[in-house]
Amino acid sequence: MALIPLFAMVVKDLQLFFSDKRSVIVSFVVPIAIASFFGSIFSGPSRNSEPAKIAVAVIDQDGSPISKGIVAGVQADKNFKVTTPTEGEARDAVRRGRLAAAVIVPKGFGEAAGNAFFGNGEKPPLNVVFDPSRSTEKAMVSGIMTQHVMEAVSKEMFGGAQGRAVIERTLPQIQGSTMPDDQKRALMEMLASVQRFYNQPATPGGQAGGAPRGITMPYTVHEEAMTAGSNIAYNGYAHSFGGMAIQFLLFAMANMGVEMLLERQRGLWKRLRSAPVSRLTLLAGKAASGTIVSLMILLVCFAFAMIVFSVRIQGSVLGFLAIAVACAMMASTFGLLVAALGNSPATARGITTLAVLMMVMLGGAWVPSFIFPAWLQQFTLAVPVRWAVDGLDAMTWRGIGLSGAVLPTVVLLGFTVAFSAVAATRFRWEEA
Amino acid sequence: MLEIKHLRKSFGQLVAVDDVSFSVDRGQLVGLLGPNGAGKTTTVSMIAALLTPEKGEVLVGGARLSGDTDPKKRKIGLVPQDLALYDELSARANLRFFGALYNLSGATLEKAIAAAMDLVGLSERLSDLVKTYSGGMKRRLNLAAGLLHDPDILLLDEPTVGVDPQSRNAIFENLELLKSRGKALLYTTHYMEEVERLADRIVVMDHGKVIADDTLPGLQSLVAVAGGKATLESVFLTLTGRSLRD
Repeated sequence: MALIPLFAMVVKDLQLFFSDKRSVIVSFVVPIAIASFFGSIFSGPSRNSEPAKIAVAVIDQDGSPISKGIVAGVQADKNFKVTTPTEGEARDAVRRGRLAAAVIVPKGFGEAAGNAFFGNGEKPPLNVVFDPSRSTEKAMVSGIMTQHVMEAVSKEMFGGAQGRAVIERTLPQIQGSTMPDDQKRALMEMLASVQRFYNQPATPGGQAGGAPRGITMPYTVHEEAMTAGSNIAYNGYAHSFGGMAIQFLLFAMANMGVEMLLERQRGLWKRLRSAPVSRLTLLAGKAASGTIVSLMILLVCFAFAMIVFSVRIQGSVLGFLAIAVACAMMASTFGLLVAALGNSPATARGITTLAVLMMVMLGGAWVPSFIFPAWLQQFTLAVPVRWAVDGLDAMTWRGIGLSGAVLPTVVLLGFTVAFSAVAATRFRWEEA
Repeated sequence: MLEIKHLRKSFGQLVAVDDVSFSVDRGQLVGLLGPNGAGKTTTVSMIAALLTPEKGEVLVGGARLSGDTDPKKRKIGLVPQDLALYDELSARANLRFFGALYNLSGATLEKAIAAAMDLVGLSERLSDLVKTYSGGMKRRLNLAAGLLHDPDILLLDEPTVGVDPQSRNAIFENLELLKSRGKALLYTTHYMEEVERLADRIVVMDHGKVIADDTLPGLQSLVAVAGGKATLESVFLTLTGRSLRD
């Protein structure tokens, strides 16, 4: 391979790339901006900041001890940002998207819930008005409300005036019921025990025996994020910068392919082909310059993430570089593929934009691929971006060693070989 | 210097060039004329190794031209009809790149760039971006790019399209100078007056075949005109007919 023409092609392509300020901005600044935004979303709260709270309204139309207990519980919940407007105001706020949901405790809720707690009383509705575009938050609100309602109702039924009244009213009803004798006896013994519990002297805190009354959550959750180490927090910027860098280097290389088609339109390939330069040198020159540009995009993005967002290569630096180089080569030969298969610059630009977006979506560059259905996760193994993203994740926040870089690197180099082979065989070498 | 023997090329059912033969000697400019679709550009493309002939051969200095990396390609310079230049780069960057394709580098390359730019009168604008050049200047730079490696044969495909009379005249002077230096020039154009001024011999093609190959007086003798010589245009129309071509 002639080195002077090869080197000249690389220099020329780099000069052209950096002479186009729009390309430079799109390739370097835009991915950093978008990755910073996505990283801030997916990183979760920082150590010093509180988690995002769900905005809910609670409207107490009952005013009973139970409904007041529910409102107090909800207001104390760290997951909620609670307001107490009127029902009309709450419905309007939900409709306008200012609240995720509004919980309406209707009149008579406390008494009906108490009756339903021990006996066969009808279960009262707890009305939840929600924004249909925020169904995930609605599900969280319903789940958390279950806890607060159970705590408030059980607390009242095991220690409040309403609970005593219900038991005193229920015992004669059970005595006269048609329930089987063994069941009747068991239920009456349980209620009698509760009644004896009520009659114990209250502690200064108002609770018999010093223990909180009612049903409480019988467990706590210990959460442990599996990252590179026990003292290393997950850094969502590592994933977002990897994903966005890959997306934009693919865009840059697809653009390189389109530029090759434009060069053909402008007659430049006539000059190239009339010179005593081999086809291998011509394609290798393009692939080399594309690899350099891609690698620069990837490394500049990660350098920014390291300096500004404290992203670290917790795994193998060598593995990270191997994946980065393999990814850059894959992207570069993807550009050659565009030039080989594209009929015209305009159609190639449209099709490749779609292709790149599909690849980055399926490859998990935007959102992690584990949220996909199982069949789709299998399918995405055929997408090179998936291997690049997973490989970079492994070398950064997952902290996996060099062994974790081998398979992604080999697969990406496999895509490089495949793309190169198709490009070389399908490239239109004749210039009419 | 350049011999074309029995070239043939077809695209699907269309036979673009059929059994075309002619030659260009050292210090000679041959005008290649023909209506649209006559096969001129296809012929030039085969000579420049942009297309592979189905039949026939191109001989450069008596040796057959073959393969992408054939060193004999260094003897041929192509000036395509398109302005095959990178607008976003300077003239120097363009010429450095095109020179490197012919393995020129270092002082040799810089000397070649200076000589080519001097010939076309653009030395003062060497550092300017090509996009700042006028149409005529780009045409002259296009010519300079084809001359960098000092080829013995220059293929010029309509090199004066869209330029003003001053630039056209400057290009003519360049070509006459090159001819005097012993270069063999093959010149395709639609402008009859250019061929009348420059060409030592004229090859007329139509429907993929050579239908005439002679000097200007030789072609003029084919058409009888009362009281004088026929113009090249009238000769051309007589040979190729007056029907419109696509």
